[in-house]
Amino acid sequence: MNQLQQRNRSLLIKLLAGTVLMFGFGFLLVPLYDVFCDVTGLNGKLQNTGALTQEYKIDSKRQIRVQFLAVNNEAMPWRLRPEQAEISVHPGQMAQTAFLAFNPTERNMVAQAIPSVAPSEAAPYLHKVNCFCFEQQPLAAGEKRAMPLVFMVDDQLPNYISTITLSYTLFDITPESSPVSGIAVAPARSVL
Amino acid sequence: MGSLEKSVHSTGHHGPATGITRWLYTTNHKDIGTLYLFFSLTMFFIGGCMALTIRAELFQPGLQLVRPEFFNQMTTSHGLIMVFGAVMPAFVGLANWLIPMMIGAPDMALPRMNNWSFWILPFAFTMMLSTLLMEGGGPNFGWTFYAPLSTTYAPPSVTFFIFAVHMMGISSIMGAINVIATILNMRTPGMKLMDMPLFVWTWLITAFLLIAVMPVLAGVVTMMLMDIHFGTSFFDAAGGGDPVLFQHVFWFFGHPEVYIMILPAFGVVSEIIPTFARKRLFGYTSMVYATASIAILSFIVWAHHMFAVGMPLAGELFFMFTTMLIAVPTGVKVFNWVATMYRGSMTFETPMLFALAFVVLFTIGGFSGLMLAIAPADFQYHDTYFVVAHFHYVLVPGSIFALMAATYFWLPKWTGHMYNESMAKLHFWLSFIGVNITFFPMHFLGLAGMPRRIPDYALQFADFNMVATFGAFLFGFSQLVFVYNIISCIRSGKQATDRVWEGSHGLEWTLPSPPPYHSFTEPPVFTHPYKENDRGV
Repeated sequence: MNQLQQRNRSLLIKLLAGTVLMFGFGFLLVPLYDVFCDVTGLNGKLQNTGALTQEYKIDSKRQIRVQFLAVNNEAMPWRLRPEQAEISVHPGQMAQTAFLAFNPTERNMVAQAIPSVAPSEAAPYLHKVNCFCFEQQPLAAGEKRAMPLVFMVDDQLPNYISTITLSYTLFDITPESSPVSGIAVAPARSVL
Repeated sequence: MGSLEKSVHSTGHHGPATGITRWLYTTNHKDIGTLYLFFSLTMFFIGGCMALTIRAELFQPGLQLVRPEFFNQMTTSHGLIMVFGAVMPAFVGLANWLIPMMIGAPDMALPRMNNWSFWILPFAFTMMLSTLLMEGGGPNFGWTFYAPLSTTYAPPSVTFFIFAVHMMGISSIMGAINVIATILNMRTPGMKLMDMPLFVWTWLITAFLLIAVMPVLAGVVTMMLMDIHFGTSFFDAAGGGDPVLFQHVFWFFGHPEVYIMILPAFGVVSEIIPTFARKRLFGYTSMVYATASIAILSFIVWAHHMFAVGMPLAGELFFMFTTMLIAVPTGVKVFNWVATMYRGSMTFETPMLFALAFVVLFTIGGFSGLMLAIAPADFQYHDTYFVVAHFHYVLVPGSIFALMAATYFWLPKWTGHMYNESMAKLHFWLSFIGVNITFFPMHFLGLAGMPRRIPDYALQFADFNMVATFGAFLFGFSQLVFVYNIISCIRSGKQATDRVWEGSHGLEWTLPSPPPYHSFTEPPVFTHPYKENDRGV
């Protein structure tokens, strides 16, 4: 009987170790997910950011439509819209546009824009040289600003892609904020 | 000589303690099995009342009975209670009662842990149910609690929900460890793994699934807790997280979880059909391997729940084909059940009726699952009542019918009395008709585009919803017949024989009915129930 207890105990320890291991695995899924998305570029996250490291040939035969979208995360009162809804570029050609941001509230706020590219296969071919999403964007109460975006579409972009949509979601990251309080002008989504 | 043997010997000649402490302090597998079964029956009725609230609201279009906020709490709580409170504990209760008796063991391997794993549950569910009375209401984000609905936009009571999930996870893991230790270490001499009854086999595989995925569920609710209270951003895009990650981690738990709820049901049906067909089970070995392959495949199909989140084509195809692959071992099982009945001398006592209904209706649910597995078609079916029809067909006439079959099958063994057969047949037919009237029209509603989890709907869905509500009330109230039958069977009834059924096989039927409080204190002599002769009797 002692032997049985011994075997039960050692099995118990092994199975508990398995439990702890699987709890850890649950958390390991988080970095694994990021690595998987980085390797495959699947979730439309941008990888090519910052100054260009090589020369690209301008392919004037191809025209790529780049569409811009701006959405507010819920409870974010700012107004954000692209200066141009859509521009047409050649692969390899540097282009500049801007997003217009307005803080309609009575307090100073900080925002962070999170970009996403659709179709996600295009994400690795969109080089962002400069973007307002690289940094947190503070706006004083009632302040308006044009936030710049400089980008280039890679000349290696697969032929079947002719339209790229770049979308930004704006999040309120003002420290210690209660986002609903003190809105001077009710945000009208139709304006955006 | 160890303490376990000593305690068995010193208490072996008198029965259980009296009063409430018998149940509070018990380490007896039969008592704990009974506790689990009554607990899950209670939860089945609480979850059932929620379901009837939902169906009553959906009886007609427009808002009649409840506010939409409360409706959302009802759909969420109904799902959580039925999955974690009714189906899972009921199978653990069956495991407690039956596994030691089937493998010739005196008790579960870790009896004190067994007591603990049961007594955590009432506290977990009291806490979960109490959130319904809190300010802001209970969980209202669906039983899948997708972030950010369950983090950023959750009611304040979500923290209690998280703690309750942690507790029921701990309970399930302890129960699973106990089952594995019992099966691997306590079989009577001579019983090899491939000699075990299929109910024991399916539970062994289920227990490994539980140990693999319940910690992942604990992990995902812990991440939610940290996002809500400690400023992390696992699922918050503003801080660099990703809400889609939540769905991946959740369904990595969630898909094996659906097999946790059905594999023991397969085991139950594989015990009942050979008994009433008076033949041995067809293809025992293939049954074991089919169960194991279903369990292994369950780890690589999770994203078929998320076809609509925007996966690349390669992902859609991978998860579509692996999902369809599961139909192969499941088909093997259905084939084996039918082949067991082929040219058997069948009789149709209530457990057999439930088992037959299981085979037919579970197969319907399996086929609608195959339809949902087709990724391009799923874009149409996603989040419609077709999905509701599918998973209710595999869970209600699947898991729940198997549980009812098991109850009628082993109730004479447990209580020593025969239940009232004609009342049981009435219960079966009311349930069978009720289930189909409730859930079959939901296929049509879903194909016509009615979304799930809504308190109101467009007028063209009115007729089928009315039919479904009638069926739901028929099914719900016919369960009172079930309870009445169980209670009267416990209190009195015709004395059951030891074998109970003519075709019964397996070690549990060699014990008296009811079995003594401590059974198999001496390991029994094992003779193979399936191989000894062709008729298995």
